[in-house]
Amino acid sequence: MIRYIIRRLLWGVLLLIVVAALMFLFFRILPTGNPALLRAGRDPQPKLVKEIEVVLGLNKSLPVQFWDYMKEVFLHFKFGYSYYSQEEVRSLIAERLPATLSLTLGAAVLWIVGGLGVGVISALRRHTLADRFAMGGALLAISAPEFWLGLVLLFLFASDIGKLKILPGAGSYVGLTSDPWKWFTSLIMPWIVLASGAAAVFARLMRSSLSEAMKEDHIRTARAKGLPERSVVRQGVRSAINPIVTLFGLEAGALLGGAILVEYVFDIPGIGELNYKAIQQSDFPVTQGTVLLASMFIILANILVDVAYAYLDPRVRYS
Amino acid sequence: MSADASHHPPSPDPQGQPLVRARGLTKHFPITRGIVVRRAIGAVKAVDGIDLEIHRGETLGIVGETGCGKSTTARLLMRLLDASAGEISFEGRDITRLTGAPLKAMRREMQMIFQDPHSSLNPRKTIGSIIGEPFAIHGLLPDKAERRREVQRLMETVGLNPEHYNRYPHEFSGGQRQRIGVARAIALNPKLLIADEPVSALDVSIQAQVLNLLRDLQRRLGLTLVFIAHDLSVVRHMCDRVAVMYLGKIVEIGENEPLYEFPRHPYTGALLAAVPVADPSLHGSERRLLGGDVPSPANPPSGCRFHTRCPKAEPLCAAQEPQLERKGSDTLAACHFPLEREEVAQMGVRSAR
Amino acid sequence: MSAGGEPPLLRVEDLRVEFPTEDGVVHAVDGITYQVLPGRTLGIVGESGSGKTVSSLTTLGLTRRQGARVWGRILFEGQDLVTLPEDRLRAIRGNDIAMIFQDPLSSLHPLYRVGAQLIEAVRAHRDVSKSRARERAIELLGLVGIPDPARRVDEYPHEFSGGMRQRAMIAMALANEPKLLIADEPTTALDVTVQAQILALMERLQRELGMAIVIITHDLGVVAEMADDIAVMYAGRIVETAPAARLFAAPEHPYTWGLLKSIPRLDGERAEDLVPIPGTPPSLIARPPGCHFHPRCPYAQPDHARIDPALEPVPDEPSQHVACLLQADVRRRLWRQLQAGDTPEQALSAAGLPGAPV
Repeated sequence: MIRYIIRRLLWGVLLLIVVAALMFLFFRILPTGNPALLRAGRDPQPKLVKEIEVVLGLNKSLPVQFWDYMKEVFLHFKFGYSYYSQEEVRSLIAERLPATLSLTLGAAVLWIVGGLGVGVISALRRHTLADRFAMGGALLAISAPEFWLGLVLLFLFASDIGKLKILPGAGSYVGLTSDPWKWFTSLIMPWIVLASGAAAVFARLMRSSLSEAMKEDHIRTARAKGLPERSVVRQGVRSAINPIVTLFGLEAGALLGGAILVEYVFDIPGIGELNYKAIQQSDFPVTQGTVLLASMFIILANILVDVAYAYLDPRVRYS
Repeated sequence: MSADASHHPPSPDPQGQPLVRARGLTKHFPITRGIVVRRAIGAVKAVDGIDLEIHRGETLGIVGETGCGKSTTARLLMRLLDASAGEISFEGRDITRLTGAPLKAMRREMQMIFQDPHSSLNPRKTIGSIIGEPFAIHGLLPDKAERRREVQRLMETVGLNPEHYNRYPHEFSGGQRQRIGVARAIALNPKLLIADEPVSALDVSIQAQVLNLLRDLQRRLGLTLVFIAHDLSVVRHMCDRVAVMYLGKIVEIGENEPLYEFPRHPYTGALLAAVPVADPSLHGSERRLLGGDVPSPANPPSGCRFHTRCPKAEPLCAAQEPQLERKGSDTLAACHFPLEREEVAQMGVRSAR
Repeated sequence: MSAGGEPPLLRVEDLRVEFPTEDGVVHAVDGITYQVLPGRTLGIVGESGSGKTVSSLTTLGLTRRQGARVWGRILFEGQDLVTLPEDRLRAIRGNDIAMIFQDPLSSLHPLYRVGAQLIEAVRAHRDVSKSRARERAIELLGLVGIPDPARRVDEYPHEFSGGMRQRAMIAMALANEPKLLIADEPTTALDVTVQAQILALMERLQRELGMAIVIITHDLGVVAEMADDIAVMYAGRIVETAPAARLFAAPEHPYTWGLLKSIPRLDGERAEDLVPIPGTPPSLIARPPGCHFHPRCPYAQPDHARIDPALEPVPDEPSQHVACLLQADVRRRLWRQLQAGDTPEQALSAAGLPGAPV
């Protein structure tokens, strides 16, 4: 198993290098406009643009820029400086990471509990009213675009613009350490929005996974042993949970890279919002940094999921 | 033995070549390890050096339990797997490393029927299309009407209603699906038919129908049949010669009657003793049961592979692997201390004479 | 069944089980009556679709969740299991009546350790501590002949071989010393040498624990080895019951004859042809009218398509029952001819019956 993890990690590093290289190439190829030009203000003089290019290092040849960049990233863990604000990308990301983490982890808790709970009940009460209601609701939740859902919630409940002014509105996020209560209440609606789609997917998956699991022979054996029904269901859930763990890991991994829409609608200073702004401003270094970070999260999540899978299913043993 | 001539296939020509000959046939599946570079640290020795001859017109049975390598052997003979070592020749031609067009041409001569009638047929194709597929693959009978007529003729031959040409596999019972598999296998008039557990998944009352069909077809079409099974009663009924496999090796091989009436290898004896016979009067009579489990094919015992479970094992058995030899009887057995007649009876072998 | 004064442990009376499905109602069990005596083994022989498994699952109420409709009675220790409330039935499952199934790899939960599953079986019905239950689990594994049980108890099912898994299942079934063990095709998925070990184990345990066994199988050899009494099922009905020796020596039903004549025997003559039963088992949704076997019966007469045969005692043999519309003496003549080597057609004409089947 250790060998397996080490091998996966090595491949992961290789993958990150490839991602970094591809990022670099894409941004140089795409017609997003010369950042130096964007920085130079109105009606720039060519000479000014040239000077800015030197400062930003854009005058060097492409391979040299690439090599410099790779060295910085992988040897010194420096992701460069924002074209826009001149701040170190690294610190920009570090500043915003806690907000994204709060958002993602909180939503994750919600979607696990909600999604699985609804899924289990649906599976056990298939084709009843409760099941149809739950699955219908799930369909709506999956179909509803995040930003729409976010705006609707704000419209209904936000303390500044909503009908029922019970929850803080957009832009009211504060760090956990500064005001825990405000931190918590400001995240309630974002959590609901972020969790709803994922919870719905989980509920549907759990419903079908558990329905299948309950038809397995070993469930029949459990009943034949005279076990109470809740023990039988527990055994079924234990079997059914495996594909869900995989899905959970991948979703969470992806979201840690920043949930752009939710952060934007609720004005949460997270990585997603950072990324969004950076794209608009053609701020390559920031975008590269966030993409690399997101890639790293996804790769780690994949490895963790595989390891967890081997832990959950003793028949799977990697060597 | 009552001499009903119709039950004996055309005698294999003793002067002629065997239809198939395998020498030292081996298949090892590697087990790998390593972080960056994967090295083989061991292998599952599924088939470990077997010599086999299949004579024209005979029915050869290959029996053994789980992990003995009989299915792997079948696939090696069919060239569905590449041998790790050894040679296979068909009608005198070496086919061990054949690829491409010559391999495809050879496929017309040997065909296979599989165990599971539910998964061995493509559920999305009509049975007309399934049975007609061999023609399509080899570019024969391009005329659609002609092909259809031939397929329907094949369906009749195996006892299916030709009007069901356009039906799908799920509309047929297990026994009928096996018949479809047989029709497909004989479509190109192969010389050799390998049947891998063809009746194990069928109901008892249907097994007899399919077994009779196979025997009948063999007689009519002059087929050579390799019959792989774990049910010794079925093999007793169907086969002229029988090979017994254990952990990748052939431990005994011989003609049907001598092998069943006087097995020499203790494993053969144990297998035969274990078969429950439909005769309650035999219940309670002494039977020696084989204990323990089959060792892992990745790590087979030294010397004679059976020595860990053999009631007659001696130190020699662990030290030296016995060769397949005639031990003064009609079968070839790989054993240093083969069974004597009294021992065979004591073990409770019901077919003993 | 066998004559004798012992009250039966289990008595199934006129059991009928139906499943409504999209394609129609499946009549899985169509009015069967049998009984199991304490300490004895009943073999139920049948092919797929005979109803043998459904009748046993229904005994333990395991078909309730599948929407089964059940009529008739299943009497066990003075209670009717058909109408017994679920919690009372649960107290019997795995306790007084235990069941083992065909495929031990899928019948054991792959993600829990074997010991944990055994402990669960014990603690479902006995109020004991976990450590005491664990001791019992190790004891049980030893009882069924698993070597090194103290180590094996913490392993997972996939780490056991096929034979050991079935032994573990038996151990689990015996955890609470049941009075009746129902074994549904317990050795079908196993190699023949392992099968012999498992059957010998079951016989030994039966002797030691005085337990009754119902063994369900399609293999006439297995049932000849194990059973004291045999019931033959076809298309949801019992067509014949008899003590084992009697069934093989003097079977009365054409289906039984067909089975006996169509199986290859290890000790048989190789030259003898197998005589298959023509046709295929019927659909349980649209069953043949009258005698369900008549379309495949070489000796069927025209009115067999109209009249339902009832299971009746054979004249002079009260321990044997058969559900057949042919006259008893005609049947005896037919069987004699078949034993002499006649084909069904030859036997038919020799017995003087009108010709081709319906």
